[in-house]
Amino acid sequence: MGMTIAEKILAAHAGKAAVKPGDYVWCKVDATSGHLLGALERTGLDQVWDPDRVYLVEDHLAPPPTVEAANAATELRRLVKKYGIKHFYEFGRGGILHQLFPENGMMAPGELIAMGDSHSTSGGVFNACVTNANIDSLYILAFGELWFRVPSSVKVIVDGQLPSWCVGKDVILEIAGQLGTDFGLYKSIEYTGTAVRQMTLAQRWTIANMGVEVGAKFALFEYDDKVGEWLEGRVGRPYTPVAADDDAEYEEVHRFDVTGLEPMVAFPHDPGNVHPASAAQAENIRIDQAFLGSCTNARQEDLEVAARVMKGRKVADGVRMLVSPASQEVYRDALKAGWLEVLADAGCLVEHSTCGPCFGGHLGVLGDGETCISSSNRNFQGRMGSASAQVYLASPATVAASAIAGHIVDPRDYLS
Amino acid sequence: METIFTGRVWKFGDKISTDLMVPGSYVLARRDLDRREAALYCMRANRPDWASQVRPGDILIAGRNFGCGSSRNGSEPLKALGITAVIVESVARIHLRNAVNTGLPTLVCPGILDLAEEGQTVRVDIASGSVRNLDTGATLDGDRWEADSPPYQILMAGGFMPFFKARLREAGLIPDGEPQGTRP
Repeated sequence: MGMTIAEKILAAHAGKAAVKPGDYVWCKVDATSGHLLGALERTGLDQVWDPDRVYLVEDHLAPPPTVEAANAATELRRLVKKYGIKHFYEFGRGGILHQLFPENGMMAPGELIAMGDSHSTSGGVFNACVTNANIDSLYILAFGELWFRVPSSVKVIVDGQLPSWCVGKDVILEIAGQLGTDFGLYKSIEYTGTAVRQMTLAQRWTIANMGVEVGAKFALFEYDDKVGEWLEGRVGRPYTPVAADDDAEYEEVHRFDVTGLEPMVAFPHDPGNVHPASAAQAENIRIDQAFLGSCTNARQEDLEVAARVMKGRKVADGVRMLVSPASQEVYRDALKAGWLEVLADAGCLVEHSTCGPCFGGHLGVLGDGETCISSSNRNFQGRMGSASAQVYLASPATVAASAIAGHIVDPRDYLS
Repeated sequence: METIFTGRVWKFGDKISTDLMVPGSYVLARRDLDRREAALYCMRANRPDWASQVRPGDILIAGRNFGCGSSRNGSEPLKALGITAVIVESVARIHLRNAVNTGLPTLVCPGILDLAEEGQTVRVDIASGSVRNLDTGATLDGDRWEADSPPYQILMAGGFMPFFKARLREAGLIPDGEPQGTRP
């Protein structure tokens, strides 16, 4: 019996020849995050299993909006010193963990990583099993291992010719809209197909990132040269890409053809409540805020397309647009390329890299009755602030075009 | 840890996100709330007066994809409010793992929304997966944990921290006797 990518990676890390869905296994874990070092210290344990495989950044309350948050950040710095954590990133040298950690070599093909924050599925873009661990990340910090239930696997084949304007966000919203936000519940999703191979790494990254939005434990992509080139100079250790066996077993196989896809928008309050942007445009949905940021869609090409849309144009009266690059590396690239200048000239507020607005924490919280179009990942009720705020999810191009129009539009008219 | 719980039912629908249980704007953005204060924001967006009406021993039942979204631990406020067991049509992976680690029994039991109405009393046996509506006598079988599986062992230990500290002591990494910390 053949194995899927997830089964192979879990078996290899459990020291077993084979595993099957439903098995419980204890696995060696290649890296984790150190966000709960304080809880580790309170157990009395004074060391971590490998200080070089622990990554840490404060990205949610970055920089601190309150005295309590500032004190928590100070406490993290103390713990970083105490435990000798090698990969800690100060404000101005950091970013959102799902962008920052791989930029700094945390994950490589074939690896198994469990770390803080739900969007850890992002790492599947590197052909690695990356998922969330919260309090049980302490087990990794202490022993370098953790239990996993082997998930069943689902294959999503995305074929066809990717339209020139189409990005990963449009594709994952189409998938979530068609299959629902729980089709991947507790499963490993493997994405493949001719359109996936055409996609840039950043486009696939958005799809992996929103794996958790369709319930997935892992959201995996195959290895190719685009992955290898991006990791070049970032990962020094040897790694081995993992492909599924030809006779691997999938619980379900879903097929999509993106040739005729339209730009897609998720309506409140569910990432699976998806409609074409043209339908949103017909409804004349006025917006108060546009947000281009988050671990989902704030990479170099996301800022580039927003700059292309906004060049020589202005954010509409009555609308404010916030831009937050996914990391300091992205910020600096966008600065050098001139994209941030274009966005600032258009009237955007360019923020530093932060999770703040996406989770309704700070730096752009929504008030009562406000409407926002966002390049982020979730539009649950209350997600970005007030319970009566309305959040629509879309691609960077759709967000930027809507900010100019003042209401949600199909971005294709703006992408000359 | 006990495995049988009897309590008054609160009923919720599908896709109850962790953003509803632990709202980012009111809880995560602040570091000055204790557990009880944070718990009072639970479900405030979708059901504003609910948290203050929960009594210790109550049981929550809900629909599909319970706990979808953020990795914020939605079981923490539920437990702080006094909910003793959660029974759902289906559950998000991260939420289930958090529930196990928090020591809040969370049972997947397809059909639960049809078994009980809000205010009725149900009895759930986590070990066998069986649920009985004590008002109607109707019963249903949910998923049963494998007794030797890590999540069931962690749940029976009362959550992750007691399980973890026992492992640290066994490994000689911390001294025997009273653990230094009791809160994660």
